[in-house]
Amino acid sequence: MSENPADIRAAFLARRSELEAAWPAMFGADWPTRARTGVLVGGALAVYVFGLYTLEFSPAVIFHGLWRLVDIAGLMMPPSPGTWERFLLYLDALGQTLSIALLGTLTAAVLAVPLGFLAARNVVANAVLHVLTRRSLDTIRSIDTLIWALIWINVVGLGPFAGALAIASADLAAFAKLMSEAIEAADHRPGEGVAAAGGGHLARLRFAILPQVLPIFASQVLYFFESNTRSATIIGVVGAGGIGLWLSEAIRVLEWRETSFLILMVLVTVAAIDLVSQRLRAAIIGRRG
Amino acid sequence: MAHTITIPPDAQLTPLLRGYGAAVAAKRRRVMIGFAVLVLCVLVAGAGAEVSADKFWSGIGNFGDYFNRLLLLDSGERVWTDPADWFWGLRRWGRLLGETLLIAYVGTLTGTVGAFVGCFLCSRNLVRAAGLRMAVRRVLEFCRTVPDIVFALIFVASFGLGAIPGVLAIAIHTTGALGKLFAEVVENIDMKPVEGVAATGGNWFAQVRFGALPQVVSNFASYALLRLEINVRGATIIGVVGAGGIGQDLIVAIRQFHTSDVSAILLLIVLCVMMIDGVSERLRHRLLALERGR
Repeated sequence: MSENPADIRAAFLARRSELEAAWPAMFGADWPTRARTGVLVGGALAVYVFGLYTLEFSPAVIFHGLWRLVDIAGLMMPPSPGTWERFLLYLDALGQTLSIALLGTLTAAVLAVPLGFLAARNVVANAVLHVLTRRSLDTIRSIDTLIWALIWINVVGLGPFAGALAIASADLAAFAKLMSEAIEAADHRPGEGVAAAGGGHLARLRFAILPQVLPIFASQVLYFFESNTRSATIIGVVGAGGIGLWLSEAIRVLEWRETSFLILMVLVTVAAIDLVSQRLRAAIIGRRG
Repeated sequence: MAHTITIPPDAQLTPLLRGYGAAVAAKRRRVMIGFAVLVLCVLVAGAGAEVSADKFWSGIGNFGDYFNRLLLLDSGERVWTDPADWFWGLRRWGRLLGETLLIAYVGTLTGTVGAFVGCFLCSRNLVRAAGLRMAVRRVLEFCRTVPDIVFALIFVASFGLGAIPGVLAIAIHTTGALGKLFAEVVENIDMKPVEGVAATGGNWFAQVRFGALPQVVSNFASYALLRLEINVRGATIIGVVGAGGIGQDLIVAIRQFHTSDVSAILLLIVLCVMMIDGVSERLRHRLLALERGR
């Protein structure tokens, strides 16, 4: 069909009413559908406006704030750590942040393996046990890393150790959930093979399920490590170690050039970690899959 | 069915076994090297994070002790013996929790609109200008990489204490996070409807509105709901830096050791988050069903 678009358009316009009568759905939604969409969108907008009103948004506040923000952005240029010693201090804090992320992620991952098996339907047949495991995991999951950090500070004192424990507690549940889902999705035939060769329950877990689940899990752990590097930069805000402490301090004393330098450091680090972990992930999945 | 397995003669078997042994050994070696590197990293990180077994073991007792205290009222009674005293601040906390939900909602919706605009502008299949695409991508990346708490800290400095910095921080972070997901959806659409609209003379907006949008809208909604769940969690803590919501009261209670208040607020947060998760999950399943039925 090598027809000119203009010809098609003319032909369509000539037969428009006929076509419209034949395929009404192609020319617009029917009224009930429209009404439902309208009510949904209207409701969402009404809640939005109510929210703006309740949270005391006003053009004056926004305008004033934006003005100050532009001001601050100006003060942030150029980013600078101040002195050379400060820069070394910041580097040290950044190392601490990475340590927190690594330790927290690994601790959570190691602890999540047995929990994941407990929460998986095809491993533990006991319904009560697995519902209980799932519910408690859900509870842990709904508490944010920062709250965990506040709690752990009360337990082990201020410092990066509390931060690592906070990341571990917050991620434990998410990992266990992912692990249990991966186990439930695992192919059951290798397990039958192991059973046929005379392997017991534990042998089935070790030789049939673990080899299938481990690569998936390892790539998830790397993914969480990336996102935990981001979380670890902020738990310092409440005193749990790492670069966040310096960042919040710099903002509090209005040292904007140091603030922007610290943000820049975080951005570069996160980008580097992303790159490395992407490579590793590809290697792990490619090698075993 | 009975199978008989014939064992090959030794002359055939030895090289096979040797080959198998070599392959397994190579794999083991690789795993061991990886493991050694990991252990080294952990040791360095352990030193960096000031991990000490002493502190942990003396601390772990504190942990049990702390949880014990979380469940004690000021009078020394267990919390569930007197729910009225435990939840004495229910009215105030309820209001703050409502504020938290509103912060999450307004922030998510604002961020979704931002991501919606951004994602079409940075999709390879809809925008030819590489410069514009790259610029939008970099902006989204920046919004997503800077943690929302950092935005909140800066906004508190410029907008003053209150809910507004919280909403803006969540909105900006959401724009970045959703923008990336949305753009991935848009880059995977079927281009034929878009070409069809272009062929009938539709301009770029008509192509996006009638060609691309109908394919992506339910996916977008489901991602936005998922983000809302995440943002409700985020909004519970944004008050820690003074940006509104229940976080303010929580941090005060934790810092001043009002332990029964801490447990009451945590319980409210957990219930609230679970409720939102449940509703949103149900909505997402319905959206998924809608998508399949099409």
